[in-house]
Order: sequence, then C-alpha cells, then structure tokens
Amino acid sequence: MMFGEVPPAQEVDPARRIMGLETEFGLHFDAPQSRAVTPEEVAGHLFHSVVEWGRSSNVFLTNGSRLYIDVGAHPEYATAECDSLTDIVAYDKAGERIVHDLVAKGEARLAAAGLEGSIYLYKNNTDSAGNSYGCHENYLVRRRADFKAFASVLLPFFVSRQIVTGSGCITRTPQGAHYSFSPRADHMWEGMSSATTRSRPMINTRDEPHAHADLYRRMHVIVGDSTMVEPTTRLKMGSTDLLLRILEARLTLPELALANEMQAIRTIAHDVTGAATVELADGRHMTGADLQEACLTAVRERLDDVIERTVETEQVLDLWARGIAAVRSGDDSQVATELEWAVKFRLIERYRERLNCSLDDPRLARLEMAFHDVSPTRGLFNRLQADGLVSRVVAEEDIVRATTEPPATTRAALRGRFVREALASGRDYTVDWVHLKLSGTEPRTVLLKDPFRNLDERVDVLLASLDG
Amino acid sequence: MPQTTSSSSPFEDDAPEPDAPAAPTAQASTDALDSLLDEIDDTIQTNASQFVRSFVQKGGQ
Repeated sequence: MMFGEVPPAQEVDPARRIMGLETEFGLHFDAPQSRAVTPEEVAGHLFHSVVEWGRSSNVFLTNGSRLYIDVGAHPEYATAECDSLTDIVAYDKAGERIVHDLVAKGEARLAAAGLEGSIYLYKNNTDSAGNSYGCHENYLVRRRADFKAFASVLLPFFVSRQIVTGSGCITRTPQGAHYSFSPRADHMWEGMSSATTRSRPMINTRDEPHAHADLYRRMHVIVGDSTMVEPTTRLKMGSTDLLLRILEARLTLPELALANEMQAIRTIAHDVTGAATVELADGRHMTGADLQEACLTAVRERLDDVIERTVETEQVLDLWARGIAAVRSGDDSQVATELEWAVKFRLIERYRERLNCSLDDPRLARLEMAFHDVSPTRGLFNRLQADGLVSRVVAEEDIVRATTEPPATTRAALRGRFVREALASGRDYTVDWVHLKLSGTEPRTVLLKDPFRNLDERVDVLLASLDG
Repeated sequence: MPQTTSSSSPFEDDAPEPDAPAAPTAQASTDALDSLLDEIDDTIQTNASQFVRSFVQKGGQ
C-alpha cells in the first residue's frame, strides 16, 4: 500500500541545485602467480561483504548513496543527492573510502579460493588496453519544453572545460607519447543522445528525473573525467551549475556552437600548450581557453544579478580564471596544487627526469595507475595530499562522516535514516532513489518525489511502525 | 538559498579563502615530491610493464 499523500513540491530558490556524481572504478587484481581470473569473479568476491550487509550487490547505504557493480564488472558508487558544492565533494571523496574498505575482505576471500594477490581500485577512466569507463555528473534542472536546445548550448563548454577540469594523462600513439588534458575525450562520439555504452554522448538525454517529472528533469553529463583533486571536482560541478543558473533564468549564453564537437574535443585534449584552435559553426576559430573565457565572462556579468556572490561562487570563479590563465601562459605553477592535470603532469615530469626516459615508458604508466589508486596508504594522490602537495576544500572529518551519514539538507537524509533504522530492525525493506518500502505482511511504501525535501512526516510514521 | 545552505554548513570554516591557496613554497614542494618519489621508486619500477598490462577490464558507460 502506498503510504500517505505525496506532499506538493516545495518552492525552491533557483540557486539551490540537486547534484550527484556517479563513479565507475577500475578493478585490477594483481596476482602474477595465480590462475587466470575474470574481473567478474574478482568483483563478486569484492562485493561479498556488501551482499552480506544488504542481501544484494546493488545497495543504498546509510549515507544515502548507492553502491553496485556496473557493466564490465566496475564497482560503481553514486553519491546521494547533494545541494552544495562542499557536500558533493565530500560525498564523492567518501565513495573512494567506501570502495577501498571492501578490499581487505575481498582479498581474503580470493586467497581462500586459492587466488593470492592484491586488489587495486582506480578512480580513473581507462585501462591499459584503452577501454573506458566513466564519471557521470547529474544536475537536476527545471523542466522546460526545449531541453535539447537548452542543453546543446552547453556543448562548447563541455568540450573545452577539460583545460581546467581534465584529469590529465599520457596518451600513447604509434608515433610516440604526449600529455593530454583529458583521458575521456577520445571516448566521446556524440554531442547528445540517449545512448551510453554503445555510443557515448557528452550529454545523455535519458529522461530520469527521480523527482516530480512535471517540474524537473535530469541533465546527465557523461563527458567528465573522474577527479580526485578536491578543488578540481568543485570547479567541475560549480562552473556547470553557474552556467545552468543563467540558462534557467532564461538568459542567453554567448553563441559558441562548434562546427564539429567530436573533432574539437580531441583537438583541445591533445594540445596542452593550449594553442590549438577549433572551428565554430559560424566559421570563427577559437582555442579552448577562448571558449572557457567566454563562459567565465558570461558568469561574471551576472554576478549580483541572477548569480549571488557567495564565498563558494568566488572560489569557483577564482580557480576557473587562474586555470585559463595557466593554459594561456604555459605556466601552471599557480594551479599546481589545485587542478588535477597540473598535479599529475608535475609528478610525471619529475619522475621522468629522474628516470631519464621517454614519456611512453611503462614505468610512467605504472606511476599514473598509482596516482589513481584509492588506497589511503599506497595511492599516490592520497600520499601527495597527505604531504601537503595537493590543496583541499573539505575537512577530513567531513569526508569520514560522509561515509556513514547522509547529506542533511536533501531527500538523502530520509533515505539514509530509513536504511539505518530498517536494517537495525531486521525487517525486510527495499529502497531506491524515490521509494522507501517496508516489506512483510503489511507492506508499506513511501514515495519521495521531492529531492529538496529532507523532512517528511510519512517517513516518521513509517519508521515508528518498526518499533510496533 | 546557496547562502543559507553553504554558510550554515559546518564545512564552511574549513574551506580556504579564494586568495590563499595553502601551497608550500616551490622549493619545499619539490623536495617533498622528490622524497615521495624516493619512497615509491622500488614499487613503481618492479615489473612495471607486466603490472600495467595485467590491468585490462571491459569498458563501462
């Protein structure tokens, strides 16, 4: 039985946005002495403790987030609904800790099955054979009839933002190796469509708002790189949110439509000098920095107008501007601890000098993998951060709390509380982004269609019934 | 209400000011980077090629 009346959607300030990040992790079992083992088998052992806890390998956690095994045996973590940049960074980082916490038990189970080795989980986007997996951003946007036109205006931004928010990588070609801004750029084949694995579009148009469908829809962005450096993740989400606010206020962005998005994203990715130009639909030629500068200027012009000047907004604009300047000048020293591509290039280049080797040396590929290793003790990103070589934007204790507690200000607060209390009661339950259901002789379901609502009497009543 | 949500957030006090990225001096950070590379050098160099090649997984989304 559906339980109680679904309350009407709340009035929400336009500046408040629900955001989420989905990360597919690379799964690597290093066991040179053991028999061949498939990623599916490793993933099964890795998720054994998840199944023990939640009776499924596809669960919602007490922090309101979702943990599951996705296509290709990739462990995937989807953050709970967040409505601030600080929260989205904290919950994204919490996901790295949560998947890492599965490793020790997974290795023990593999060893018991005669497979001695080490599990590595990478928050990156490619394996050594060039297969790609993603990091998807979700932004809840107010529904409008012209969604495709609305979203396509952002494609030049998504094509060029890699010069600031890219993860950076070594690209290996038959002609040799070079640095690129984004490992994901070469795996994008369309601007917009409803496909994901068959033909990866930059913006996926699948209409799954997980909310009042008459009011909202989801903008699902597939083109981003997975990022571990906190200021980079904040810039990635924050800059996109600011542009969405301008569009949602029915204001226009500069006309920057590209002649060929697929070609443009590759051209920009493969020239870290930033000098390469791409052709616009109107025949102009611009660099990635020119395109980003135009977007940044459009936001600045709306400060104190549709965009309120907050500390967080100023931080996003500041790093965005310094990132563009770094690419233009070729001097990344001003962003060397904040932008992931700059952090990585500095690390790789320093090691390459020591080894006196070329960029396609396998030891540098090994170094890149070590960077993205989520292990707090072994992972190079984590060690750089611990040594103060990478800037932070959230406190360690907030990340630790985010591994178990849901965001306080969104629907996730209700879900997290439900999962915690239902588990403790021993009752059977099912949960997804919009439903909380207690099973049994008198099944009861609460439908949560408003992702901005963090309090709901129906949930109080549902949970009170657990004691009865 | 970005002001409400962000300024009431307990995280806010921990965020660095926009003009004050907490970066060590250039020389200090190069030294720190070098000592980290010293520590990991053996691990990285041991069977690097085989280790890298053994990480193959089907694509995802």
